[in-house]
Amino acid sequence: MLKYILKRILMVIPVLLGVSVIIFLITRVLAPDPAPVVLGEHATQEAMAAWRVEHGLADPIWLQFVNFIGNAVQGDLGTSYYTHQPVTREIAARFPATAELAICAIIVAALIGIALGVIAAVRKNKAADHASMLVALVGVSMPIFWSGILLIILFAGILHVLPSNGRVAPMLEPSGGTRFFIIDTLMSGDMEAFRDVLRHLILPTLALSLYSMAIITRMTRSSMLDTLNEDYIRTARAKGLKQRVVNIRHALRNAMLPVSTVIGLQFGSLLGGALLTETVFSWPGIGKFAVDSVLKSDFPVVQGVVLLVAVIFVFMNLAVDIIYAFLDPKIKYGNKEEG
Amino acid sequence: MADTKLTANPTLDGVALKKNTEKHESILKDVWEGVYSNKAAFVSLCFIILLAVIAIVTKLFPQVLPYDPNLQNLSQALLPPSLEHWCGTDQQGRDILTRILTGTQISLTVGFAAVAISLVTGVLLGSIAGYRGGATDTIIMRCMDMMLAIPSILLAIAIMAALGKGVEKAVIAIGLVAIPEYARIVRSEILSIKESDYVAAARIIGDTDFQIILRHILPNVLPSIIVRATLGVSMAILDTAALGFLGLGVQPPLAEWGDMLGRGRADIFRAPWLMTFPGLAIMLTVLAFNLLGNGIRDGLDPKTRKR
Repeated sequence: MLKYILKRILMVIPVLLGVSVIIFLITRVLAPDPAPVVLGEHATQEAMAAWRVEHGLADPIWLQFVNFIGNAVQGDLGTSYYTHQPVTREIAARFPATAELAICAIIVAALIGIALGVIAAVRKNKAADHASMLVALVGVSMPIFWSGILLIILFAGILHVLPSNGRVAPMLEPSGGTRFFIIDTLMSGDMEAFRDVLRHLILPTLALSLYSMAIITRMTRSSMLDTLNEDYIRTARAKGLKQRVVNIRHALRNAMLPVSTVIGLQFGSLLGGALLTETVFSWPGIGKFAVDSVLKSDFPVVQGVVLLVAVIFVFMNLAVDIIYAFLDPKIKYGNKEEG
Repeated sequence: MADTKLTANPTLDGVALKKNTEKHESILKDVWEGVYSNKAAFVSLCFIILLAVIAIVTKLFPQVLPYDPNLQNLSQALLPPSLEHWCGTDQQGRDILTRILTGTQISLTVGFAAVAISLVTGVLLGSIAGYRGGATDTIIMRCMDMMLAIPSILLAIAIMAALGKGVEKAVIAIGLVAIPEYARIVRSEILSIKESDYVAAARIIGDTDFQIILRHILPNVLPSIIVRATLGVSMAILDTAALGFLGLGVQPPLAEWGDMLGRGRADIFRAPWLMTFPGLAIMLTVLAFNLLGNGIRDGLDPKTRKR
């Protein structure tokens, strides 16, 4: 098992190198010269040439790539063309906002998704099953940004009960700390700020979780249906155990293995959805930052965000595989065990 | 050609090949039965055909539209839905329903064209990787893993930023990011098929690798690809709308659903219809492709049909 884990960790390196090559090719080879965008159309040729030299864009492409990789390995992702701050610092300042939103969204998606999936499986082909499947179908068909907009129109525009943008009211913003506002406000004991943070989180969390919730619902239903047909479930029922105990303690527990994999993988894809949700809710995370940077040709930032998201995505996959290997006794890794 | 050889050599190899040919013919029948027997899938197919007709008619005969989709009339700006303008008007006084109907052209074009790109490239790469195995397989599939490590929408945004706005560029960006999924599906199917009797039979009668892939392996991978491609169109439409929403899609004044949504954001509370109807159009179209995909999958997979 240890050998398998080490092998998987080592395989992450070429994947991340490949991701760096892809994003470098897109932003430095395919993309047009950023100088006129950053300096403005009226900048002189001399000013643009000097700017390119300053940012290493006048070097040959291969040298730019070597420098990019060399610096990235040391944790230096360059500086933003606009703020002139290190990209790592810019990302670090915004990452907690995205992480907080994504964690809340995956928790909501998992809780509701598993509940709907279990109800659908237990009440197969009944009204509750059809209703759950309809919710799941709408969830995968609804553009993530449109669900956000509808929530804003309803809860902020018509009912006026929830805020439509930002993480917290400016005067209540906690200073310093972890930048995870739920934790910071709880630690400082400022319950008014804590409530405000939660109120700001509700709509973006719901919008972002909808797609993952739909996928988890489908997976739970399908996995539960497989498990409910197993012999040990019939045995449990024959023993006279209550239906609820059989469903939860026996069926759901065994059905959770593939579901937990999907939850892990969904967390990675939530980061992609965060790009759109953060834009809709003006959420100051890395998603909105990436979109703004793409529109402004701030390529060092784009490279940094893509690399960070890829690292998280790859390590989430790795964690899912390793947890799966621990949880499922049927899976064996390594040459000897395979035979 | 395989059939000619089959009559000349009515051996066990021939029987395997014949069975394989019969299987290919039944795929289309299964697809149709799956869609026809599933009410939701059948209605979705009718809806998609209707959308295609709307796209073609509005392109070829724009005079049938009640209004000009691009003509600005500021005196008619931001009118709420009424008998005259069923879905209201936008900030430039353009009829939203007309723009939604015209927007069908872009959504369907990008949806189908992007899937065509990812399907052809993905199937080709997946076939080569699965059939050749060894270093070729490792290189191709590691490249696919690298692409999969970047969320598709982020990759599409980066590609659009590099290529610039435009329908054909959106097609390329959205088509490129979906390639790995097709390659993976095809590769895994080929790995299980390439050792089968009929592939061995084809090899014995002297078919080349290319002939084997084209005639015997790809038709067997077809069910998985048809299902994935149908669902792929819905994903491509969602991605197109997302790019449009972020301002990276088509060039104005072209009508595109995501772009219409994005432009309506400034008036979200004043004129919610700007965002409600284009969003509904996206959702219904995506829903139709998802339901159709489910119907086709049920038709092709007897296990799912039972459930």
